[in-house]
Amino acid sequence: MATETHGTLLIVEDEKAIRRFVRQALETEGYRVFEAENLQRALIEAGTRKPDMVILDLGLPDGDGTDFIRELRAWSGMPIVVLSARAEEHDKVAALDAGADDYLSKPFGVSELLARVRAALRRHARTGEALDSTVQFGAVIVDLANRRVTKSGEEIHLTQIEFRLLAVLLSHPGKVLTHRHLLREVWGPPYVEHSHYLRIYMGHLRQKIEDNPARPQHLITETGIGYRFVQG
Amino acid sequence: MAANDPRPNPDELLERVQRDEQQARRGKLKILFGASPGVGKTYAMLNEARRLRAQGLDVVVGVAETHGRSETATLLEGLELLPRKPVEHRGTFLQEFDLDAALKRRPAVLLVDELAHSNAAGCRHPKRWQDVEELLAAGIDVLSTVNVQHIESLNDIVGGITGIRVWETVPDRIFAEADEIMLVDITPDDLLVRLREGKVYLPDQAERAIQNFFRKGNLIALRELALRQAADRVDEQMRALRSVGAPERVWQTGDTLLVCIGPNDADEKVVRTAARLAAKLDSAWHAIYVETPALQRLPEAQRRSILKTLKLAQDMGAVTATLAEQDAVDAVLDYARRNNLGRIVAGRSTHARSRWFPRETFNRRLGALAPDIDLISVARDEDRPRRATVEATEPVRVESFRGERIRAYVYALLTCAGIAAGATPLVDRLDLANIVMLFLAGVVFVAFRFGRGPAVFAAILNVAVFDFFFVPPRFTFAVSDVQYLLTFAVMLVVGLVTGHLTAGLRYQARVARYREERARSLSEMARSLSSALVEEQVVEISDKFLEASFRAKAAILLPDLNDTLQPPITHGGTPAYDVAIAQWCYDKNEPAGSGTDTLPASPQLYLPLKAPMRVRGVLVVEPANPRLLMIPEQSRLLETFAALIAIALERIHFVSIAQETLIRMESERLRNSLLATLSHDLRTPLTALVGLAETLSLDLAAAESTHADKAGVIREQALRTSRLVNDLLEMAKLQAGEITLRKDWQSLEEIVGSALKSLDPVMSEHPLKLDLPADLPLVKCDAVLMERVLVNLLENAAKYTEPGTTIGIHAGTTDARVRVEVWDAGAGLPPGQERAIFEKFARGKKESAIPGTGLGLAICEAIVQAHGGRIWAENRTPQGARFVFTLPLDAQPTIETETH
Repeated sequence: MATETHGTLLIVEDEKAIRRFVRQALETEGYRVFEAENLQRALIEAGTRKPDMVILDLGLPDGDGTDFIRELRAWSGMPIVVLSARAEEHDKVAALDAGADDYLSKPFGVSELLARVRAALRRHARTGEALDSTVQFGAVIVDLANRRVTKSGEEIHLTQIEFRLLAVLLSHPGKVLTHRHLLREVWGPPYVEHSHYLRIYMGHLRQKIEDNPARPQHLITETGIGYRFVQG
Repeated sequence: MAANDPRPNPDELLERVQRDEQQARRGKLKILFGASPGVGKTYAMLNEARRLRAQGLDVVVGVAETHGRSETATLLEGLELLPRKPVEHRGTFLQEFDLDAALKRRPAVLLVDELAHSNAAGCRHPKRWQDVEELLAAGIDVLSTVNVQHIESLNDIVGGITGIRVWETVPDRIFAEADEIMLVDITPDDLLVRLREGKVYLPDQAERAIQNFFRKGNLIALRELALRQAADRVDEQMRALRSVGAPERVWQTGDTLLVCIGPNDADEKVVRTAARLAAKLDSAWHAIYVETPALQRLPEAQRRSILKTLKLAQDMGAVTATLAEQDAVDAVLDYARRNNLGRIVAGRSTHARSRWFPRETFNRRLGALAPDIDLISVARDEDRPRRATVEATEPVRVESFRGERIRAYVYALLTCAGIAAGATPLVDRLDLANIVMLFLAGVVFVAFRFGRGPAVFAAILNVAVFDFFFVPPRFTFAVSDVQYLLTFAVMLVVGLVTGHLTAGLRYQARVARYREERARSLSEMARSLSSALVEEQVVEISDKFLEASFRAKAAILLPDLNDTLQPPITHGGTPAYDVAIAQWCYDKNEPAGSGTDTLPASPQLYLPLKAPMRVRGVLVVEPANPRLLMIPEQSRLLETFAALIAIALERIHFVSIAQETLIRMESERLRNSLLATLSHDLRTPLTALVGLAETLSLDLAAAESTHADKAGVIREQALRTSRLVNDLLEMAKLQAGEITLRKDWQSLEEIVGSALKSLDPVMSEHPLKLDLPADLPLVKCDAVLMERVLVNLLENAAKYTEPGTTIGIHAGTTDARVRVEVWDAGAGLPPGQERAIFEKFARGKKESAIPGTGLGLAICEAIVQAHGGRIWAENRTPQGARFVFTLPLDAQPTIETETH
């Protein structure tokens, strides 16, 4: 059983130089690292090594990373963090919608990488555990069971949809949730293209919860991709 | 129940839409219509003009014929008059309407009196109604006047009533297409009173006029015609109005008329009658001319008059065709059946028996062969004088053919003499009957070589020579035996008949040869043109064929992108063409110059090169002998040439478009793959560099090495290079139009928030003032790119101002636009640089220590413009700069309100 700091990781990346530094950084942190330079190899490695997590470059020469994620998701719930160039948001959205957990834009720093890896592993370790019925962030306390929200002790009134939106975000702390995902979860499948609902309700929610809605601290925008709830 | 379907038929609707469109572009024509001169049309027109001017319209008088009437002249006072253009005509100067001045002046309404007026030679158009058409096409409204006698289809009826024929006519089409017709009416008695009082003509003319034209009977008849014409028009309008609602009648092609035009001058009347009939039936009509071999032999003048009748039919709205067939009846019936035409109109001679070829057989045969088709016989009015149509061209003909003609007769004479001389020694050995044979053979020879006239001449001469030299008593014209008279008669008849037949054969052979020649030159030209790859080749090929077929100098003028014709690509002799005429021809898509309605005095002919899509240029032809173009077949050949050239030019145009598209696609593909390769090959090592430098600096820091800082600097520089690469690639993509906007409804507050978040370390030393109203609407834009704009603007503000300087963001809506402003309280922009800073690689301070690529604002501009917005920079008062961009505001999306 892997501990929080020690686990097995698979890096799928065709560039040797990147593979090398990622491996170095992860090994310094005490992870065991396997490498694959193409998707075919990656599937074999993932099947045989049974890693705790996959770090996947989306720009591989032999195929679509999104297909790989779907195949992997067919038999495993292991965390997947994708690496992709900036300005290719739609690739990231596709990967996230296919089941990836998080993404990193190239070029990325080592500390950023390690933070994402740790967070993803932690989230994964917690799946299956019952969610806390109350979540606290900043001055806000959300009682999920009783549908009560207070900020600095004062009760905040949320509409049903606002509450549902908040609850979906809170249930995946630190994870990027795509627009489509949120729309499907909160409004239902027919609404996945109606992103203006999300914009308007997210605006309302921030007005009620954030100290400065224009510079949110907890309900973070991932431009072009979705939203992320940050607890700390 | 299709017949009762109240929905308008699509063709009709389309036509209506097209009609409306055309009307929207064109000026409106209002015609003041009267029964005869003197009813007060000009007076009414001027009154109308004053009324319009009182409404504030720009009214100008182009032409108003006051005929010295004082009442009318007083109305002219205060109206703006367009100066007339003096045109010299046979030594005297005529004051003509100045079309170009009118077009230049461009009033809202122009008064042009007497629509039927014929312009003096030297004006652009022979007829004033053609001037008016051009004015209408230019969008100028025109007020004009017409008398009933000037309407083309009524012209001969009026001629019949009054006994006076006017040659100045207006096509029915013009009258029918006029937007408004206003009848100016006065009773005949009143008119006569006015005439006597000298209000119509000056007194000395009046008495003569009353005797000739203004007889009361005439006036009543003319008035009836005018009233009926006006009533017909009102009726038509009523029907047109009704059919807008829901057409009750299905247009039956079976109602359509087919007019047969024959080689008869009076067929003009048949055409006019058919036009009126078709107008009454409200049906389309066709007019055809069947050219049988016999008709091909007609003199040119008559052939031209046939084509003129055909042209008249076309002007009156008929679909026209010329068919070359052996049998006219078969051809007409075939045409009628193919086009589903149920009624045939043909002329009937009023005194058929006196003619050689009774046309009744034509009508009777038609009736016999097609019992299913209605046959309408129209009596021809054959007593009226023939129109002198071809006076100008006759002399040329005589000049050029006289010599040849005389020579033919001389040869006929020589042949005859030769036979006589040759037969004289044989007179003892040969029977006289065989000598007759020799003479007959001579006639056949002459007929074959020199045609009909010489053959007739030879046949008569033969009889005389035979009598004189061979029939005893020889060397006198006396005849001893009476039976020789029979020989002479038979000899003459056989000679004439064989001569006639042979000459006919020869003529047909020649016609066939010409036809074949034309067909060959056409097919050769088509073949040559089909292999042409560039315009120069088309020009060269056309020049060659026009030279060969018409002995003409030709030039092809091609337009540039602004539709201005360019000088021709020369290959030696080009005609001295007139640029203005050529341009007119190109703009109007109508032929001009020699033999046309427009500037017929010009020595060149200008033909627009009409291709299926548009006019591709103008063909200028200057034949060595202008008569050559007058021959109907030749002018048709020339038109076909022009069509071929036009199609070849169009083909080349599309070939070049296809090539350009191919090249553009190829270069786009190249650029895309280049960009993709660049972005991959540059980013990958940079990612590794950043990562490795960071690892190194962490390791070094852990080992407490003094080199840890240096590794940190490497990392910083690598990150900076990476940003530069990103900027360059993004700019390249934006500039190539490669960026597809992923537009979605976005909240500006959110975009500002994420921009600020990504700038956290940069902005840390600047106080921030946010002014975003809570009711800011959603904006349809690409969030990633819009964040980029804000990041660049904010980063600039932070970079170019001292730490501690306040930076602010303000947003709001103005006139259906969202306006976002990023301002600072810093030193402001260098004056005059507000525009230049948006240029690529522009930097606030050259080679300053402030890091950056100088692409930031250029990228902002490209993104904002791609969204249909605008971006600019300006200085604020009292200090600082502001960068403002606007985005179009779309209608807000609907949202279902939540039910509690």
